[in-house]
Amino acid sequence: MAKITFITADGSSRAVEGHTGSVMELAVSHGIPGIDGDCGGVCSCATCHVHVAPEDLDKTGQASEIEKDMLELADGADEFSRLCCQISLSEDLDGIQLRVAK
Amino acid sequence: MKDSEIPDPFAQVRASKGYAEIDDQGDPVTMLLRLKDVRKTAHNYQTFTSEAVPGRIVVPSEVSIRSTRQIPFEVDPPMHGAYRAMIEPWFKRPLQEKYQEQLRAIIADLLKVLAHGEKLDLVYDFALPLQSRALTLLLNSPMEEAETWISWGTHVFRSEGEALDGSKADVLYDYIDAKLDQAVSHPGDDLFSLLMQGEVEGRKLSKEEAKGVMVLTFAGGRDTVINAVTNAMAHFASHPEDLERLRREPELINTAVEEMIRYFSPLTHMGRVVTEDTQVCEHALKADSRVSLCWASANRDEAVFEEPNQLKIDRKVNPHVGFGFSHHNCLGATHARQVMRLLLKEMAASISSVELIEGRENWEVWGDFRRKVGYHQLQVKLQPRH
Repeated sequence: MAKITFITADGSSRAVEGHTGSVMELAVSHGIPGIDGDCGGVCSCATCHVHVAPEDLDKTGQASEIEKDMLELADGADEFSRLCCQISLSEDLDGIQLRVAK
Repeated sequence: MKDSEIPDPFAQVRASKGYAEIDDQGDPVTMLLRLKDVRKTAHNYQTFTSEAVPGRIVVPSEVSIRSTRQIPFEVDPPMHGAYRAMIEPWFKRPLQEKYQEQLRAIIADLLKVLAHGEKLDLVYDFALPLQSRALTLLLNSPMEEAETWISWGTHVFRSEGEALDGSKADVLYDYIDAKLDQAVSHPGDDLFSLLMQGEVEGRKLSKEEAKGVMVLTFAGGRDTVINAVTNAMAHFASHPEDLERLRREPELINTAVEEMIRYFSPLTHMGRVVTEDTQVCEHALKADSRVSLCWASANRDEAVFEEPNQLKIDRKVNPHVGFGFSHHNCLGATHARQVMRLLLKEMAASISSVELIEGRENWEVWGDFRRKVGYHQLQVKLQPRH
């Protein structure tokens, strides 16, 4: 079980929990605003862009090359950006904080 | 006949040069063939505008047959975003459960009527009615309207054959005009009415703007959806193991659909007009010339996709551009994805096999390239499961 906190565009935060699948799927199933996941998680649409809290980056890991190429052209991307369809849920992620990109 | 394969005619030029120059009615186009170049160019609307003379960013150009600007397609940010914000919620309705149930029923009913092991034409008997009936959901129009749209044929701007057909466009334009007038005199709860009541940046949408949205909706989702549906069915004929696998592993439906969109690339390319002297792929481009973003080539880029010419229904990482990329990505993608997901689901549930009998392939010609996009006709037999 991992508890993940999403901070949405309006500044409010919501903590949700999940076991399996991707972080994008968890967010979509809880209706987190700003995470659409249009392509269902194949790294094609960039509608699941989040900024990982700096202290949590070692837990989520870095983006792959393919993901970096997508993020390069995403609005507001920085060194903490990830497409959260590419982050698999696991207990290691427990307690991390993700800010939904605008 | 040959199987369902869609060959990649761009491989050699994509690797060696990265672009190709073709003529189009005297207004040449530089086709960009590599995924990275296509993405960067698509993203840079300032240098590569969609807001040119209406019809000019389409390849082949529609300048001579249309003056209505398609919206939001032929408008750049920031106005593009204002239009898009107004209509986006409507085009996200396919995410609703009720919508999906109605769409599922349309597909299931068609399969039930057609799948008796007898010969049928996949394009005219299946894909065209499916696309038209599904469109009644997207527009929230009565189901009877589908019969009118079916009578227009597979491409609302093109007759059977290649040439652009102005008289066919008039049929669509007159239809849309009449429906928009009706939406003013008798407002309902369809897309026509939403547009005529809609506001953008604090003012009412003009009829010409509403028409621009409707023309885009009809034209953009016509032969693209028909080709995607037909190619998917043809794939199952050549690869029955994939249909079997979807029965056993329904969780693969999402990756299967995205992979089909990559592999089929129903829209080969889309143009932009260059606003200032620039270069892409070390190739100089002059202001007021045209480029095209070749989605079909980008989607086979071996620098990104492993075994790009294999359709792998379990491809997990798939950064394809089959629905375009960046601001101008496909407005109808949510609907199209649901059509494809439910088609695969219903095929797995109710069809045991697809047998190809004969067909007439649809090949586009772009300069020296010839690209198969689907079929003009495809005779098959569908065997039901029960």
